[in-house]
Amino acid sequence: MALLEVDDLSVTFARRGQRAVRAVDGVSFSVDAGEVVGLVGESGCGKSVTSLAIMGLLPKQPGLRVGGKAVFDGSDLLQLDDRSRRDIRGRDIAMIFQDPLSSLNPVIPIGLQVTEVLTRHRGMRGDAAAKEAAQLLDRVGIPDPKRRLKEYPHQLSGGMRQRALIAMAVACQPRLLIADEPTTALDVTIQAQILELLKDLVRDSGTALVMITHDLGVVAGMCDSINVLYGGRVVETARRRPLFREPRHPYTVGLLGSVPRLDAGRGERLNPIPGSVRDLLPWPDGCAFAPRCTRRVDACVGEPPQLVLAHDGRSYRCVNPAPVPGLRPTEEIRETVPGEAEPGTVPAQAVPGDAPAVPGLGPAPSEEETP
Amino acid sequence: MIRFIVRRLLQLIPTLFGLSLLLFIWLRRLPGGPETAILGERGTPEMRAAIRQNLGLDEPILIQYGRFVRRLIRLDLGTSISTKREVTTEFLQRFPGTVELTITAMVIAIGIGIPLGYLAARRRGRLLDHLSVGGSLIGICIPVFFLAYILKAIFSENLGWFPSSGRQDPTIGATRITNFFVLDGLMTREWDAAADALWHLVLPGLALASIPLAIIVRITRASVLEVLNEDFVRTAEAKGLTENVVRRRHVLRNAMLPVATSIGLLTGGLLSGAVLTETVFAFSGIGAFLADSISQRDYPVLMGFIMIIAVVYVLVNLIVDLSYSLIDPRVRVR
Repeated sequence: MALLEVDDLSVTFARRGQRAVRAVDGVSFSVDAGEVVGLVGESGCGKSVTSLAIMGLLPKQPGLRVGGKAVFDGSDLLQLDDRSRRDIRGRDIAMIFQDPLSSLNPVIPIGLQVTEVLTRHRGMRGDAAAKEAAQLLDRVGIPDPKRRLKEYPHQLSGGMRQRALIAMAVACQPRLLIADEPTTALDVTIQAQILELLKDLVRDSGTALVMITHDLGVVAGMCDSINVLYGGRVVETARRRPLFREPRHPYTVGLLGSVPRLDAGRGERLNPIPGSVRDLLPWPDGCAFAPRCTRRVDACVGEPPQLVLAHDGRSYRCVNPAPVPGLRPTEEIRETVPGEAEPGTVPAQAVPGDAPAVPGLGPAPSEEETP
Repeated sequence: MIRFIVRRLLQLIPTLFGLSLLLFIWLRRLPGGPETAILGERGTPEMRAAIRQNLGLDEPILIQYGRFVRRLIRLDLGTSISTKREVTTEFLQRFPGTVELTITAMVIAIGIGIPLGYLAARRRGRLLDHLSVGGSLIGICIPVFFLAYILKAIFSENLGWFPSSGRQDPTIGATRITNFFVLDGLMTREWDAAADALWHLVLPGLALASIPLAIIVRITRASVLEVLNEDFVRTAEAKGLTENVVRRRHVLRNAMLPVATSIGLLTGGLLSGAVLTETVFAFSGIGAFLADSISQRDYPVLMGFIMIIAVVYVLVNLIVDLSYSLIDPRVRVR
């Protein structure tokens, strides 16, 4: 049983007089105890909304609808009442945010911001709480913690602030830590330190970590398994090595291709993914990535691509995946996952081992199918 | 901190000289003069000239101003033309009433305005929000004297809950020390006198509170809405803190900065006197007296009162600036 099991999570924002926006559209993934899981994608792909939905931190507004399940330790977080959710937050599941300056309260000292978690969940007060807070700051590598406790966020450097936020997050030894782009707002050198710190913390404490990032470098250095998100859905899931060695979904391929490499030749250009996240096809009409995809075929449009469960426990959502040398098509199973299809649309039929699975793919046979 | 206060007080000196010069020239430019107020239309030119000479108004304006400044340095504000009493005496007798009224109005405005503005923000788009936003619009629009009359008619004349005029029932025979009637009552342990003075403050205080209340509700609401969207509130929620702690420690405190600014400005405004409210409730503060002094062209009273009000205004805003640094550590007073 996984520690966190997210199943078919969907988040819809509706505004009166406007079309509802489905920011997260059937996201499923799981996190085992002590595991580091990456959620990767460009801005706007729904990764932050996913994490906020799990935490129950989405801004309360009339048009907000959250569907699906997020089972943590046997209980569905989405069904909990406000009070039990507050009991879990900060104690069992903690979160680290993107911008450390704006994520800290500017008008109260760091010390109180650390001790308030200790008071809330561990009942610590006064000197005991202050002592523990100093130890926490020390543990996340903040020098002279006693003095820092009395200081305000604006008196700390960016890296220190993020360390302080991490100290608050790990104060109650949570079993799950969600880090939402924890290094995006920091200098590159500081980024490495913070990632190193996070790595040490999860290794020492056995805390599971969900790492939300757009930075594949972060993923490569930390994550055990990776979920690539696009347009509010998981388009590819794999362990770290296979994903980097043999990305299957063209979007993953594109992400990897747009990372600058030191060993690239002089004058060699980067390969950005053409278009932007806004060029989105609604999933019911086909693959959301199709408008930007270099491997687009006719079958991409018309109905949503099914989730393909591949040979080594990985999965992707693509009718024309990038080829893997030496892989036989019969080793793959195409499967329609129940609950995937939009209401009112007919799910594409599963045709195991026989690609092209969808009529109309004919003109673009991929290399893997002609060994 | 001390240097900041001293510097601000030193800045006050050029401000006051500039203000006094402008005032002096403007007041003399008003048509008519004290002699018209004294004599009315009947006076002969000779009588007018005699009065002007008597008051020293026939001299060149800069010489008059120089004399005013020389006296001002000795803290002598001169004598009122119409009451023949020292301007300082007149001020000290009336200003406490205005201060008491201002404090009452601001206590009402702050005590209701901040919680209401906060609740409106939390229940954004719901009934309470609409009611308080709409209500505050009415509060800003409704003329204060009209509200004063309505309050007086209902709660004093019809229901008889509150006294209709004055600062205190004269039959109590309260002892005067500072002319702050409530304070005097407390100091002399004449509890009935203090309570009666307080009772007299309720209706004019309510009338006067309407506009500050409306402004505070709106500013608090807008400010809380802004703070609710801040990342650190989300962090506080992510820590699992109780709603109460999130509200008090993280939302309200940060939302108070703009509210503090407006409270300072509003208080300063009220301290310069509420002519209409004071008139309706026959409340002896500086407002009505200032208005009379304008029609009487009582130059010494006008100059003196306005100069003191300017000093008070600056002091109130100095206190607000100092309170900033208490609310927000990023604002360092230097």
